[in-house]
Amino acid sequence: MQIAVISGKGGTGKSSISAALASLSKSIVLVDCDVDASNLYLLFNPTHEEEYSFVGGEKAVIDYSLCTHCGLCMEYCRFDAIVNEQGKIKIEEVFCDGCYLCSRICPERAIAMCEENESRYYAGSFRNGKMVYGRLAPGEENTGLLVNKVREKAKAMAKHYHIATILLDGPPGIGCPVMSTITGVDKLLLVTEPSLSGIHDMERMLEVAKHFNIETQVIINKYDLHPELSEQIAQKANAWNATVIALIPYEPLFIKAMIQQQSIIEYAPDIASAHILKQVYDRLLLK
Amino acid sequence: MKIAVAGGKGGTGKTLVATNIFYVLMEEGQQVELIDCDAEEPNDTLFFKGEIMHHNDVLLKVPEIDTSLCVFCGKCKEYCNYNAILMIGFSNYIKVIEELCHGCGACTAACSYGAIREIDRLIGEVNQYRISQHALLTEARMRVGVYSPVNTVKAALKLNPEPYMQIIDAPPGTSCPFIHSVVHADYVILVTEPTPFGLSDLKQTVETLKGMNKRYGVIINRVDVPNNEMTDYLKKENIPLLAEIPFDRRIAEVYAKGGLCAQQIPAYKHQFKNIVHFINQEICK
Repeated sequence: MQIAVISGKGGTGKSSISAALASLSKSIVLVDCDVDASNLYLLFNPTHEEEYSFVGGEKAVIDYSLCTHCGLCMEYCRFDAIVNEQGKIKIEEVFCDGCYLCSRICPERAIAMCEENESRYYAGSFRNGKMVYGRLAPGEENTGLLVNKVREKAKAMAKHYHIATILLDGPPGIGCPVMSTITGVDKLLLVTEPSLSGIHDMERMLEVAKHFNIETQVIINKYDLHPELSEQIAQKANAWNATVIALIPYEPLFIKAMIQQQSIIEYAPDIASAHILKQVYDRLLLK
Repeated sequence: MKIAVAGGKGGTGKTLVATNIFYVLMEEGQQVELIDCDAEEPNDTLFFKGEIMHHNDVLLKVPEIDTSLCVFCGKCKEYCNYNAILMIGFSNYIKVIEELCHGCGACTAACSYGAIREIDRLIGEVNQYRISQHALLTEARMRVGVYSPVNTVKAALKLNPEPYMQIIDAPPGTSCPFIHSVVHADYVILVTEPTPFGLSDLKQTVETLKGMNKRYGVIINRVDVPNNEMTDYLKKENIPLLAEIPFDRRIAEVYAKGGLCAQQIPAYKHQFKNIVHFINQEICK
């Protein structure tokens, strides 16, 4: 079974909750799908048994010994990535989408594509099972594809070690890396918080979940900061066919646990939030 | 002048900082535009009311294949670097997967049979509101179900040709949507929180900005006890600390209901003014 933890809005507590659920398990494959801001490895300090390089994309590079500065590539480029600087044709690397078109149409064959291969993903063990996580190199692209790679590796590990559950900690937002995270999962766990932003972002995420037709459960984190807004969240979630299964009070110990490189279950197993998360675990992951 | 507000990790307070800085500049009567570039989850319009000035659809040119002209040679599929064209040659089947198309036009250039024409696909919208006489709020809003917010972000950034001061609320992360939001900024404010997660994502963002030759400074949000690891890192990297916003339940409460703490709590009005003042000095250095 694969469960993804998502939120829409950032900073609602996805990683802390994923870490808690992972700690409750005896054997799990934990996957950090937030590849451009991965954090779970900081808590669990996994071993790096396997390391893979990831080619996120390619960038166009001009060979100036061949370029005649005719400007044809500039006409074709739809990403504003090729500019004419006082007669000299130049690639603006940040804007290059790696589509290859300039390289294909150049009459002098002066444009080559150069791979970006600094990104990595790792597979190893941590105290509750196996862990896979990706790290996108600064400025590199194609987060969705890296999430796919990380998930393929996680599936292979689950099969090899006979582990039944894969828990995916997702990125914020609703775009490409989020869609790669939730494609084909069995359940979604949406973590939100009682603020107008939290509600707005949850609704956009639920709309995406509906497109994918995935069963979604909602956790309201820090619910007691605004009980009225928490009530609104429950109603809106219901309207999207999602159920609120847990209310977690505002709990400063989550950050203390993080500083000690522990999950809340490891750091303070007897507090109310830990008990609530235990119930969430029993309900979602034990079945 | 363009100031982007970014931070790597989600939920550190980017929108809090961007909306409050915009508010204090607006109060001073400056010509200022707030641009919400978190097109996947835009929130800035929750904090301001205004009359809508512009509504633009963001469209992407995607191919449509006329199967009566197509000879199933497969050249368009070969040219497409995004696997957005599916073809089964022996059964004369060809299909465009619009969700995967980046609109690069390679397939159109590839086809020698005139079988491909381009149609518009709606991928987002840009809305601009007038908040006060001299202040505009521009929102990039990606359509739900679309893969990339980048084109919508680019459309929002170039909507207003006037020389307004721009405050750009950037999306979390360090990948393409973030890069396109900060690429034209004169200064980037990085908002972080004093936790191991906040620090790790801040480092990743700083490394990305170094490659872009940007000037930047840091605001630490929700400070309750001093965090030496964070301040040591800033010292080591010689990154200016623009401000520390204390952990204050009042800020969370005002924010949750769509309010502005610079408007409701006088102490924060001064703090945000000081931040703007500090950045002005930094940029003039």
